[in-house]
Amino acid sequence: MNALVEVEEKLVCYHCGDECPDDSITLEEKHFCCHGCQTVFEILQDNNLCTYYDLNDNAGVSLKAKNFEGKYHYLDENNIVLQLLDYQSDKLCKVTFYVPAAHCSSCVWLLENFNKIKKGVVTSRLNFLKKELSLSYNPEEVSFREIVELLATLGYEPLLNLDSTEKNNSKNTLQRSLILKIGVVGFCMGNIMMMSFPEYFHLDLKNSIDSTYQKFFLYFNFLLSLPVFFYGASDYLNGAYISIRENINKTTNIFSVDIPIAVAIITLYGRSIFETFVNHTAGYYDSLAGLVFFLLVGKWMQQITYNYLSFERNYKSYFPLAVKVIRENVEMFLNVMELKKGDTIIIHHQELIPTDAIISKGKATIDYSFVTGESDPVNKATGEIIYAGGRQKGERLELIVQKPVSQSYLTQLWNNEAFLKEKVMPTTELANLFSKYFTVITFLIAASAGIYWSFFEPGLFWNSITAVLMVACPCALTLSMPFTMSTTMAIFGRNKFYVKNQGVIQLLNEVNEIVFDKTGTLTESNSEKVSFEGNIQSSTLSEYEQKLLKTLCLQSAHPLSKMIEQSINIPNFQSLPIDYFQEFQGEGIEASIAGNLVKLGKEGFVKTSHKQNISHTHSFIEINGIEIGYFVVETTYRKDWQSILSNLNKSFKLFLLSGDNDADKSKLSQFLKQNSLFFKQKPQDKLEFISQQQKLGNHVLMIGDGLNDAGALRQSDVGIAISEDIKIFSPACDAILDASKFGQLADFLKFSKISLNIVKASFVLSLVYNFIGIGWAVSGALSPVLAAIFMPLSSMSVVLFAVGLTHLFAYFKKL
Amino acid sequence: MTVIIFLAIAALAVAIGFLGAFIWATKDGQYDDTYTPSVRMLFDSVEKKSEPKIEAEKGV
Repeated sequence: MNALVEVEEKLVCYHCGDECPDDSITLEEKHFCCHGCQTVFEILQDNNLCTYYDLNDNAGVSLKAKNFEGKYHYLDENNIVLQLLDYQSDKLCKVTFYVPAAHCSSCVWLLENFNKIKKGVVTSRLNFLKKELSLSYNPEEVSFREIVELLATLGYEPLLNLDSTEKNNSKNTLQRSLILKIGVVGFCMGNIMMMSFPEYFHLDLKNSIDSTYQKFFLYFNFLLSLPVFFYGASDYLNGAYISIRENINKTTNIFSVDIPIAVAIITLYGRSIFETFVNHTAGYYDSLAGLVFFLLVGKWMQQITYNYLSFERNYKSYFPLAVKVIRENVEMFLNVMELKKGDTIIIHHQELIPTDAIISKGKATIDYSFVTGESDPVNKATGEIIYAGGRQKGERLELIVQKPVSQSYLTQLWNNEAFLKEKVMPTTELANLFSKYFTVITFLIAASAGIYWSFFEPGLFWNSITAVLMVACPCALTLSMPFTMSTTMAIFGRNKFYVKNQGVIQLLNEVNEIVFDKTGTLTESNSEKVSFEGNIQSSTLSEYEQKLLKTLCLQSAHPLSKMIEQSINIPNFQSLPIDYFQEFQGEGIEASIAGNLVKLGKEGFVKTSHKQNISHTHSFIEINGIEIGYFVVETTYRKDWQSILSNLNKSFKLFLLSGDNDADKSKLSQFLKQNSLFFKQKPQDKLEFISQQQKLGNHVLMIGDGLNDAGALRQSDVGIAISEDIKIFSPACDAILDASKFGQLADFLKFSKISLNIVKASFVLSLVYNFIGIGWAVSGALSPVLAAIFMPLSSMSVVLFAVGLTHLFAYFKKL
Repeated sequence: MTVIIFLAIAALAVAIGFLGAFIWATKDGQYDDTYTPSVRMLFDSVEKKSEPKIEAEKGV
């Protein structure tokens, strides 16, 4: 049987590369897996855009099981479209879409040629890494809805949700201003060094011609240093000023690390001006420019994040943008934020319930798995209240809104104080903690050097004081942290563990408790496995029995039936004739198929002799009054989950908080202590559990996946969202872990410890440099040339040390 | 030897020109997306074949 299947040549869809079930859909000798893919091919062919397929084989996005019927009707509503537009006038509108499906160069090509497919679209540009498509179009020629529908038809469905209405461009401008500063300071640094060259090689000052040039070079350098001090270093000077003011006002007693940096910058600049205009000798402009340049580069490194990943999502990214409302007998689409108590809303199959509401018409079968982790759908009848966040499966519902969206049971979680305050990131804390001592010690050394020289050689008094303040800049110190951490981030990223920023790596170090979610975290998401257990007479189902059961299950919309139906694979299956079918709510289904009475359902509905360990996931089978056996649905746990848990158990305290029922309790208690297993946990319970643990002084790492973990992820010291596809929704978190790398969690935790040790080692190295520098400085021997060589060299060697060591350890740890 | 002073000023003037170009490029947003242009430049220019079709559509 198997051999036969393998001989047959596999048909691959010309558009998306998926396997075709048969060769029924064929066009110009090209096979397609579904009509959606064929449609895209036809659209592209009509518009002469088949280069798409030349760039990459099977470049398309699979369109199987996609149905956009009616999905975008709300985009005809002008006030909803207005919230999405970046710019709007009578002749031109601009909009930016998030298109998660864009994945290769063909996608870039097609989306940027979108104006050729749709008349009225003026320009179209894709930012591939951010997956943002910027379109401008003429609203007189093409409507917003048409554009979205065509994009969806082509497989590039834009993600439109409540979050899309909130625009932020502040990050871009911040990054741009930093790049500008680096460019300007770099320019000044290079030119100052060039102008200082004659100085480096000992200009002959006794020669009268040379000394005139020297003056020229000095003033030139002074001019070039102006932008360095007033523009490039402005952030540090301002930061220091603010920190000092706060200390004087006693609002804080933390010394910002900007203070010692600003002291060094100001002394360098003051001393240089003094040397230039009073002594007419070389200043320290080159050291100053180099210092500011390195500081800015370090700052830039610190800001590098994965800008194509979003770590800040809340319920708004999960909620739809608009919902159909009946207000005063008029049907219309409304932004869900505008819903009021008493509005009637209409929810179709697969749509999300946006707020708490009472059912006024229809029968609800609601899937709350994403919100609570509970895998069974909940049935509700007319008159009952349903809570926000569930997805309706089945018929059309009419609901009466009870609360505005922001106050619903689900969204209340986001009103918790955990969401209101920013998480404290330790990067700055550590540096600030240390800067107080650093500043005090530097001033003490400077003062004692000054006192010493004022007795023995008063001429060196100012020289030595300023030299100490200049050379004791914590530049190398502040650089070692961002460089080590950004290297670690890159190494983690290479291993599909994406941390939000550098502070998270430090926080990972302090973790001593790990809290797991079950559904979607320890288990694979959407991976329920259906297995058949026969009774004694027959351990497998005959092909005819399989056909009967598949036919039966096809009649029912119950999730269990759907799963069982999909688990029965029959090539070229055709339903058998059905004479009678009935579904007994909460019990089972029965039908008369081709003269056989087939029953499938719970114990009791189907007579059974099976008595052990019966749970709700058992579905018993009876054909013509004979008990055949049962189907059991089990969730698949992630590969190696047992070894991971027992491995982590050695160094961490482990907990499990699950929103699901306790069916798997016995399975889990082999690896986790009985009293650390919690089931039927609501999102609020999870959050409170973690905050309790924190009050006991523990540092908690939370790993979860769904909205039900959102509160816990936020409250925890480090919240890791686990995700099958990192670009798809994950709740607000500090790090995103690709599900395939779940097994390496312990390695990541260990490596974060190593990188913090590397930072400490480079701290020591830079302190050694500081001692050498201060040694020169107190003796009054720090010449401008020496400073210009020594200061950048120390910074660079610390950076190289930190980055090199991190890579070396990553190599040894096989990360 | 005053030519050196002139030379230094001229060299700086050229460099300032490039600095200006850099500032313009940054403000223009050229550093916002550093990846897509590398893909975009590999595409061939538009084929001429498609033009008659567009005109035919306009005719309708």
